[in-house]
Amino acid sequence: MEPVVQLRGAVTLLGRFPALAGIDLDVAAGEIVLLRGPNGAGKTTLLRLCAGLLPVTRGDARVLGHDLTDRRQARAVRRRVGLLGHATGLYDELTVADNVRFWGRAAGAAAEDITAALAACALDGRLAGLAVARVSTGQRRRTSLACLLARRPELWLLDEPHAGLDQEGRDLLDGLARQAVASGATVLLASHELDRAEALAHRVVTIVGGTTDPRSARVITKESLLVP
Amino acid sequence: MFRDAGLIAGKDLRVELRSQVTTQQVAPFAILVLILFGVALDPDRGILTRASSGLFWVAVLFCSLLAIQRAFTIEAADGGRDALRLSGLDPAGIFLGKAAAIFVQLAALEVVLAVGVVVMYGTEVTGVPLLLATCLAATAGLASAGTLYGVLAAGLRVRETLLPILLLPVLAPVLIGATKGFEAALGGVAADGWPWCGLLVTFALLYTTFGTLAFGPLLEES
Repeated sequence: MEPVVQLRGAVTLLGRFPALAGIDLDVAAGEIVLLRGPNGAGKTTLLRLCAGLLPVTRGDARVLGHDLTDRRQARAVRRRVGLLGHATGLYDELTVADNVRFWGRAAGAAAEDITAALAACALDGRLAGLAVARVSTGQRRRTSLACLLARRPELWLLDEPHAGLDQEGRDLLDGLARQAVASGATVLLASHELDRAEALAHRVVTIVGGTTDPRSARVITKESLLVP
Repeated sequence: MFRDAGLIAGKDLRVELRSQVTTQQVAPFAILVLILFGVALDPDRGILTRASSGLFWVAVLFCSLLAIQRAFTIEAADGGRDALRLSGLDPAGIFLGKAAAIFVQLAALEVVLAVGVVVMYGTEVTGVPLLLATCLAATAGLASAGTLYGVLAAGLRVRETLLPILLLPVLAPVLIGATKGFEAALGGVAADGWPWCGLLVTFALLYTTFGTLAFGPLLEES
């Protein structure tokens, strides 16, 4: 079975700087893979590359069977992935529910998927009617997670997903990621909160200087096997 | 494409309704421009009346710059452009939706400005069909060309200052055509105005076609 993510010597230049300098990575379907590494190692760039947002300057990159060196295919992969990044893409003036509805409908989600996403992220109630500008950072992150959930992506790309969330929000996120994997999705996440992220991940890959560290360890934890 | 356009237009208009930037900032700005022209030319009311068509469209042009800036500022606020690229929406649909939302806002502003011109400059409204046709065609041209240049400038750090420099020369034919069309409708010979209206329709069609084709690559590169 073809890996969901398959990178071979992938290079991405940001300007003239090689943000990814020949990265090799395989992620199988149903895996949760944690990317770890120091600031500036290339974790966010790698996630954006997998989302089809950055070009592959050299090397090979395939995500969900799409060849990312082909711009048309790179655009096609975007419909099938969900990226939860530092920026939320939310509109401050719109309500929480309006934002989830807009991004869900943009991805072709049915009304019941959107309602379910709001409920799954504990946003159904008074919160749903509040303008995003008036909610806390954690609630904003949960709104962003609900937008991702409504899209029902096959590949979840999570960049520091626990940042800004309280304990309850973090548990919610981990639970939803495990549920997604149980229903056939794959998760690639980058995090500095190693205790929590390693507990979630099936495998850890270390990135240093824009390339994978060959000493990357395979870590399978007890918690990661407990799919709710 | 049209479903995506409707989604984007609905979202942009909802954002404007909630933020009320158009009603609380752009519309007062437009009225202020009319008042300032009125004060500057007041000693000779004849000039004011004769120049009312041009003054109206200059005011619309200034407002369109604000509306276009605003349409792309809301996307730049929190990674909206990347979210749009990831959304799976048809870029042509995004272009049409954004242009449609700008069109609606400008059309509403033109109604306010028209009332202002009639009240403040004492302009008599005649040749209503030509006036309406000119308004529709000119507004469509402003919205489509503005949306195209808006996305072009959106990714640049100097977008606020660059957009007027890029856009105003491009919109010169709209200013000229709309002013001539209005002059013909308001006391001139209406038949002289229709060719100008034709020019405006051509401009709008050209930029709408070009925009639907070019918006995707521009969104990727900006």
